[in-house]
Amino acid sequence: MAGLARVLGSGAMTNSISDIEKAHVLLVTGSNTTETHPVLAAAIKRAVKHRGAKLIVVDPRRIKLTRFAHIWLRQNPGTDTAWINCLLHVIINEDMLDQEFVDNRTRGLDRLREHVSRYTPEYAAGITGIPPEKLVQTARMYARAPAAAILYTMGITQHTSGTGNVMALADLAMLCGNLGIPGGGVNPLRGQNNVQGACDMGALPDVYSGYQKVAVPENRDKMARAWNVKSLPHKPGLKLTGMLAGSGEDAVKALYVIGENPVLSDPDVQHTRQALQNLEFLVVQDIFLTETASMADVVLPACSFAEKDGTFTNTERRVQRVRQAIDPLGESRPDWIIIRDLGSRFGHPMPYRSSQDIMQEIASVTPSYAGIDYLRLEKKGLQWPCTHQEHPGTPILHSREFASGRAEFQCVDYTPPAEKIDADYPLWLTTGRSLYHYHTGSMTRKVRGLNTLERECCLEISPQDAQEAGLNDQDRVSVRSRRGEISTRVRISPAAVPGTVFIPFHFAEAAANVLTNPALDPVAGVPEYKVCAVYIERKQETG
Amino acid sequence: MNSGNTMQINGQNLPFQEGMTILDVARLHNIFIPTMCHLPGAPPTGACRLCVVEVQGARNLAAACVTPAQRDMQINTESPRVVNSRRLTLQLLLAVGEHDCLLCPSSGQCVLQDLAYRYQVNPKRFAPRTVMHRTEAVNPFILRDFSKCVLCGRCVQACCDIQVNDAISHAYRGIKSKIAAAGDRPLKESDCVFCGECMQACPVGSIIPVESRQSPRIWETHKVKTTCGYCGVGCQMYLHHRDGVLYRVEGDIQSPPNYGSLCVKGRFGFRFVNSSSRLQTPLVRENGSLRPAGWQEALDRVHERLDSIRQSHGPDALGILASARTTNEDSYVAQKFARAVLGTNNIDHCARL
Ligand code: SF4
Ligand code: SF4
Ligand code: SF4
Ligand code: FES
Repeated sequence: MAGLARVLGSGAMTNSISDIEKAHVLLVTGSNTTETHPVLAAAIKRAVKHRGAKLIVVDPRRIKLTRFAHIWLRQNPGTDTAWINCLLHVIINEDMLDQEFVDNRTRGLDRLREHVSRYTPEYAAGITGIPPEKLVQTARMYARAPAAAILYTMGITQHTSGTGNVMALADLAMLCGNLGIPGGGVNPLRGQNNVQGACDMGALPDVYSGYQKVAVPENRDKMARAWNVKSLPHKPGLKLTGMLAGSGEDAVKALYVIGENPVLSDPDVQHTRQALQNLEFLVVQDIFLTETASMADVVLPACSFAEKDGTFTNTERRVQRVRQAIDPLGESRPDWIIIRDLGSRFGHPMPYRSSQDIMQEIASVTPSYAGIDYLRLEKKGLQWPCTHQEHPGTPILHSREFASGRAEFQCVDYTPPAEKIDADYPLWLTTGRSLYHYHTGSMTRKVRGLNTLERECCLEISPQDAQEAGLNDQDRVSVRSRRGEISTRVRISPAAVPGTVFIPFHFAEAAANVLTNPALDPVAGVPEYKVCAVYIERKQETG
Repeated sequence: MNSGNTMQINGQNLPFQEGMTILDVARLHNIFIPTMCHLPGAPPTGACRLCVVEVQGARNLAAACVTPAQRDMQINTESPRVVNSRRLTLQLLLAVGEHDCLLCPSSGQCVLQDLAYRYQVNPKRFAPRTVMHRTEAVNPFILRDFSKCVLCGRCVQACCDIQVNDAISHAYRGIKSKIAAAGDRPLKESDCVFCGECMQACPVGSIIPVESRQSPRIWETHKVKTTCGYCGVGCQMYLHHRDGVLYRVEGDIQSPPNYGSLCVKGRFGFRFVNSSSRLQTPLVRENGSLRPAGWQEALDRVHERLDSIRQSHGPDALGILASARTTNEDSYVAQKFARAVLGTNNIDHCARL
């Protein structure tokens, strides 16, 4: 969420889930919310059904939310910055901006005006494929709402232009004064249960918990004192993609993987496997023998969420308790205990007796978590920043000012996707989640009922494309990209846009990420999962 | 309270606020009024009339869940008239269908059973109606036993007003009345997404988990409140378990952000926890393949190898991939381990999403 952090000083959802039902307009983009965040999607649908909210969906696929949408824009894959800039253009041109907010809380309007001047509806239509009048209609609907919320997921961030897309969305919210108010905001919906928490806790190469930069000497001193060490490394570390970059002098030689399955979840599976094979030593700590774990030198059995105590931080920054229901299975242990016991072997004891002890330390070194303790969490979660014991938590960020004082308009340019379609690879492929499975499927695919409802990976293709390729429903096809090839069945679906096919990424046997593109967003280090060019061909059935 | 409005329930003077129903005021002050069709968060329908109360000066009994509280109202929640009305209503409900608690998976968590007991209603007074609709058990999660349906409509509201999936509605009329998906087809051929909201809302045993009869009875399990481990919404839920096995998940209706709602993964996706393919012991690689090992050996091996690679190549030759699924406490300790113990900032997690 680097884009949002750059503009607003924080990369989290600015508002709360309950705010969805307070918004007059909801702009949902790059998020198949009914499948990825079903219970939050219910709030969106309730806002439309019971509260008269207007829904704008920007998504090439006919996702379920489009049934509830007042406006549905189908952009060409990878052209988000263009339509967002166009909305900015129309809003400035028709003088629909929130002058008071812009005057008091932002900087750089003139530059923005200049920057978006060429993104006329006609120009943007040429890039995005969205009719000009629909862009104008959307700009008006968004700008005229007393409170409008923007919601997005990885459809927006998993592009080489992902950081830019997010900054452009922030520009849009700032221009219309939709920050710091109930029912407004720029709201990234985090995918996995505790991505927000993993970031908050400093499982990132450049920050300690609470986004305290490792490059700042005072932060290092403070953490070194708290952790009882003489000094701490000052050079920001490698991002995941850097750690997996493979050979070379400064390559990582040993990797300790905790609860992740990069072989399936990373783009370009071949490359990831190769990188892991090149390691001198690989430890994997997980609850199952995943594809990644089976390559390891040592595998450590961890506990599931039902077997341990702790906290998760949800997408609205709410820290909530995880409570142990059952004893650890077999000899499995909670992750923190395993790491603690390794620490002692390195001569660095961490004398935690419980996860509560750890939270006390977190609160003592992390300003935004300073007021969080298990006693307070007993009844109800708390939304950070929660800076002291009496602090009630923060449901809406930036209500008075931005971390940086004024927020600067970012003026992002449209850059075409890293990969192009051509005669050899004529179709766009996008990937994502499905309702019945989760991430790489290491959990959901062990649940019989979920597998019954969705057993096999299917390539979703539009009736037109299917006809052109001479395909029938359920045909087996091979899907080829510039990086690899997988085999799967096709499902002909009116949800798909002509020219674009879709594959969920949960299935090991047809790992969609064999095909996808590791070109990276230069700022966030997020690989471009979303768009790549493919060729599809029918396969002869072999029994 | 600030508005200065008060009313009387069972002789007690009680403050209330504009817009509250009689039921809201009673619940606020812990006064019991039974309900069946009332579903918090959905527009009230007043369908079951079990919540009736006596309002002094009014000719008819009032349904507490739909009647607005008014200044100086005098309410009796358990007058003989009220009790008679409720008993009659219960008798009629019991006569609709086969309410044989001995064989019902919902025994112990059934509003009808609780109220029949509380008001001492004998189920045999009316001859039971013959069952009109066959049980549906063709999907992996939800079983619908129409012989127990009292047509309260909560499931329809749960589906259409709370989750807004619009998969089921009232169908047919008179004694053929039924809650059905479009075209009276099975759920798995409908718009149903198996969120189970209807199941949680059903006050009787008409919508139940498919595996109910293979699970312990509700009073034999313990429940623990926790946070769903799947997506970033962070739904609050109860895990029902016994002897180290999870049997059922229930949304916590009291807590944000979900107020009881869950999705198919949160509600039905828990079997992986007790899956036989869970890793049970550490494994170490020997002659090319992994074999079980004790913790001592495994952790020593990890320490030894990480340490020696650090000796020869420096701390930045090591990296940690933390998880977006484990707890905050786990992630915090992982980054501390990378930075303070190994001496590198090479830590990241998989999904920077
Ligand atoms: S499971 Fe959910 S979608 Fe299906 S009928 Fe019940 S409430 Fe509706
Ligand atoms: S199935 Fe249950 S919730 Fe639905 S109408 Fe019948 S009794 Fe009520
Ligand atoms: S129940 Fe569904 S929506 Fe709620 S946190 Fe779990 S996966 Fe997300
Ligand atoms: S609960 Fe009031 S009428 Fe049913």
